[in-house]
Amino acid sequence: MANYIGSSLKRKEDRRFITGKGTYTDDIVLPNMTYAYIVRSPHAHARIKAIHADKALAHPGVVAVFTGKDLQDDGVNPLPTGWQITDSMIEPPHPVVAVDRVRYVGNPVAVVIANSRAAAKDAAELVEVDYEILPAVVDATRAIEKGAPTVHDEAPDNISFTWELGDKAATDDALSKAAHITRLEIVNQRLIPNAMEPRSAIGDYHPARDELTLYTSSQNPHLIRLLMCAFVLGIPEHKVRVVSPDVGGGFGSKIFHYPEEVIVSWASRKLGRPVKWTAERSESFLTDAHGRDHYTVAEMGIDKDGTILALRVNTIANLGAYLSTFAGGIPTWLYGTLLAGQYKYPHIYVQTKGVFTHTTPVDAYRGAGRPEATFVVERLMDTAARELGMDPAELRRKNFIPADAFPYETPVVLTYDSGNYEASLEKAMQIIDYQKWRDEQAKARNQGRLIGIGLSCYIEACGIAPSKVAGAIGVRAGLYEGASIRVHPTGQVTVYTGSHSHGQGHETTFAQIVADGLGVSPENVEVVHGDTAQIPFGMGTYGSRSLAVGGSAIWRAVEKIREKAKKIAAHKLEASEDDIVFEDGKWVVKGTDRALTLGEIALTAYVPHDYPEGLEPGLEENSFYDPANFTFPFGTHIAVVEIDPDTGKVQILRYVAVDDVGNVINPMIVDGQVHGGLAQGIGQALWEGAVYDENGQLLTGSMMDYAIPKADDLPHFEVDRTVTPCPHNPLGVKGAGETGTIASTVCIVNAVVDAVSHLGIKDIPMPLTPERVWRAIHGK
Amino acid sequence: MIPNNFEYIRANSVQEALQLLSQKGDGARLLAGGHSLIPAMKLRLNAPETVIDISGIQDLASIHRDGGRLHIGALVTHRTVETSDEVKSSCPVLSEAAALIGDPLVRNRGTIGGSLAHCDPAADYPALTLCLDAEIEATGPSGSRTIAADDFFVGMFETALQPGEMITRVTFPVLTRGTGAAYEKFSHPASRFAVVGVAAMVTLDGSGNCSSVRVAITGAGPSVFRATKVEQALTGKAPDEQAISDATQDVADPADLMSDISASAEYRAHLCSVLSRRALQRAVQAARG
Ligand SMILES: Cc1cc2nc3c(=O)[nH]c(=O)nc-3n(C[C@H](O)[C@H](O)[C@H](O)COP(=O)(O)OP(=O)(O)OC[C@H]3O[C@@H](n4cnc5c(N)ncnc54)[C@H](O)[C@@H]3O)c2cc1C
Repeated sequence: MANYIGSSLKRKEDRRFITGKGTYTDDIVLPNMTYAYIVRSPHAHARIKAIHADKALAHPGVVAVFTGKDLQDDGVNPLPTGWQITDSMIEPPHPVVAVDRVRYVGNPVAVVIANSRAAAKDAAELVEVDYEILPAVVDATRAIEKGAPTVHDEAPDNISFTWELGDKAATDDALSKAAHITRLEIVNQRLIPNAMEPRSAIGDYHPARDELTLYTSSQNPHLIRLLMCAFVLGIPEHKVRVVSPDVGGGFGSKIFHYPEEVIVSWASRKLGRPVKWTAERSESFLTDAHGRDHYTVAEMGIDKDGTILALRVNTIANLGAYLSTFAGGIPTWLYGTLLAGQYKYPHIYVQTKGVFTHTTPVDAYRGAGRPEATFVVERLMDTAARELGMDPAELRRKNFIPADAFPYETPVVLTYDSGNYEASLEKAMQIIDYQKWRDEQAKARNQGRLIGIGLSCYIEACGIAPSKVAGAIGVRAGLYEGASIRVHPTGQVTVYTGSHSHGQGHETTFAQIVADGLGVSPENVEVVHGDTAQIPFGMGTYGSRSLAVGGSAIWRAVEKIREKAKKIAAHKLEASEDDIVFEDGKWVVKGTDRALTLGEIALTAYVPHDYPEGLEPGLEENSFYDPANFTFPFGTHIAVVEIDPDTGKVQILRYVAVDDVGNVINPMIVDGQVHGGLAQGIGQALWEGAVYDENGQLLTGSMMDYAIPKADDLPHFEVDRTVTPCPHNPLGVKGAGETGTIASTVCIVNAVVDAVSHLGIKDIPMPLTPERVWRAIHGK
Repeated sequence: MIPNNFEYIRANSVQEALQLLSQKGDGARLLAGGHSLIPAMKLRLNAPETVIDISGIQDLASIHRDGGRLHIGALVTHRTVETSDEVKSSCPVLSEAAALIGDPLVRNRGTIGGSLAHCDPAADYPALTLCLDAEIEATGPSGSRTIAADDFFVGMFETALQPGEMITRVTFPVLTRGTGAAYEKFSHPASRFAVVGVAAMVTLDGSGNCSSVRVAITGAGPSVFRATKVEQALTGKAPDEQAISDATQDVADPADLMSDISASAEYRAHLCSVLSRRALQRAVQAARG
């Protein structure tokens, strides 16, 4: 029997994707369907004085126009946030459609519903809104200054929360005694996720059955159902089905419960007709939750010999106009807890202020807090090494948590499960030929060429769970995963998972696990995801949790099936249960050639003529898996760049990524995840960045202005791995979805700064556009 | 991304297109490759009442050489210019530049006539057309006229085309021994339009001095312009590295240039210098053969 785990099986889902036969939400066309177009605020901050909808209502094909007041009067509640950061966190209401004030450009103001998309859009232009324009603030550091415009009356100083972690006194003390302090001011700029598929939602209410189906391009349909039913619409969960069909990328931006999901659901109940909404790309730019946007001051205290003593980090995090679903958790728990990096410094103190501004809400974007933390730690490591005259690899090595120290408890509450940081650094240095590039760099400098080498040794907390920890850090949900496995009478298998695939290849990876676990071929395993009517429950996909948590849940269900199958096999083979082993994909009587396959056992289970006494017929098992800990992938990335001194343009000469994601189920899929992550991480370093003008207008609101990387911008990626299995989940896996974005941004910045450091340059703010690099080089 | 309502008509000949243009008046727009017009319509920045699709007019889709002139039909796509053997041998800088336009999708549909008529301040062809001293053939109800590139580009999105006229072809010189041209482009990372693009053409006399120099710059200012200071500084001189470097020190005054989130005027001015130097060096090399 083939060993599918560990082999680069071609992705089962690609047949439909490559041939254009996927079914995305917008592909779904229902009888009698209507189309919603959302009138959005063109102002970052304004009072709505009046809305005149008569002209729009008179437009041919228009079915209805709704305003925020209509929803409010009908009892629609504001959107909740799912993460309580501090007891005193200020959580102003987030109306689904603005009622009297708009707080960012793109804020929904009214909804036009018509028989066609074109009619809805045409009519939306006829909705007249009288605004009283108010002053706006877009920069979080400005928003907390005295006299800044206030976003919410509930938070007069624009601060939602001030969160801290670590021992402040000990950290201050260690810093005051340190021989050397390395200090950096860091702007981790705002990013716009740009999933390939724009968000889309269809509400489909059947009055006679009083049932609502919501199709939505979401990463976690169960959570959307829970939030919408329990908090926003107050309707019973069992009367609501949420389906997330094929979803074309999310990168975090499709985790959250968005206004449009409520709008189409509510409107469909009002109208008794299906209501579809699909974002235009311009709307995606304005309304998909943005990512990052930190201003940070970080100080690292170091001993004379290069031993790091303490780290103090103060961050101002821009949350945007409203608290999105995970908003508060990203710049706090998913950030501060990662500031130990791969190092054993004993003292860390971090404080984060979460700040409201008149901008699009900010939430998790691939990596979510962890790229920001890695950026802080690894920029400091490179800068400190330079200031101390040490090689950056050497300084890191000196401060690594040693391989024999695991499990390792950091000063910021995490317990790292396993790791071997030195090994991954060694491997990456060997692959890239580190010393050769240092020599090359010296030679190049003599010729006036600028070559730089950047390192990034990162740690990541993935497999976001366990529930107990989630509860302790303010998550208003459990963090486990559900799975069920149904073996059909003829031996094929359907797997129902609460994880959601929107590009990750679950249908293949999960099938490989089940294939090995039950002795069938992956073709005979169908993976079903994204439908609350079919799947017991799920917490969805984000935080690189699908394999570590969702995959483990599947494995638990596999084990339950195997247990029951063993009983059936023992009965059929007239052996004792203790003598039955699962070997080579079959249930075998130990030491004999008497064996049964899954198909034979399944047929018995469904046609139980000759069957164990007292055993239930059928072969189907459920499982919920709540892990013991996060998982902690890690690795080392090294980049070599060359800068054109005339223009400041950066070219990546080599990029080596050595990641440790624990055991690998499908190497090709993991490589793909790494490649994609690298593209996005490098994108942040060199090109991407949301820019608002001071009135809160988004200047980077299209693909013509906002530069996401294209294939020809990127170098050949040299991807390799070390394997340190996760000790606490059954598959030994850690998660591979975010390593690329976590490691690569700082790696590139380190390389660029390294290329120009001999000119006295300590730092260049991201994105490292040619102009910025040129200005740095020429002191402009 | 849904445009306003519009009427769509396909024109099968220049004659028909011109008739429709005059019939439909101000509200009509020609549609060639659609890679400038359609995005603008989808964003509702442009809302023509009638779209006259000329993309099927075969007469305007060919390239041919006639002695020292290279005629490129208005509907020839960027991709065709990029790959045409005729263009590569007659005026290689055009292929080189066409290959740098946008991405393959844009190049497969976008046309030279559409690009020139649209006259985006960051488009590439305007620089080539101006630098190479090309001629634009405009055809209207009363026949065709030829407009010199120097007279064609009036301003941002503004050309010398009259209402009711269309571009039917563009004529470039065939570059012979002694004349060389090059295009240097600094692309916007998102759109791939030129942040600055510099086209240079140099003709050398018998003793190796520059008998004529033309440098045209796109992307930097509100409209394509000639770098006359550079042209004058080099004309009559031996174009060695030093001379080129000296001549390209101050190509453009930042006060005349655009400043936006992708590049400040100061940086654009700097790029004008760097890219002019590089383009001239390569043009001279090409001229020397
Ligand atoms: C993503 C993207 C990237 C791009 N990058 C670049 C780039 O790097 N460099 C660059 O130069 N361009 C770039 N472009 C623009 C592209 O080259 C367009 O194709 C070109 O500008 C217009 O040509 P078209 O044939 O598509 O014209 P259309 O869009 O069909 O028409 C444009 C305008 O010209 C008019 N018109 C068209 N043909 C004629 C004619 N024969 N006579 C008179 N008027 C006419 C139309 O009425 C319309 O007003 C890019 C476009 C996109 C979408």
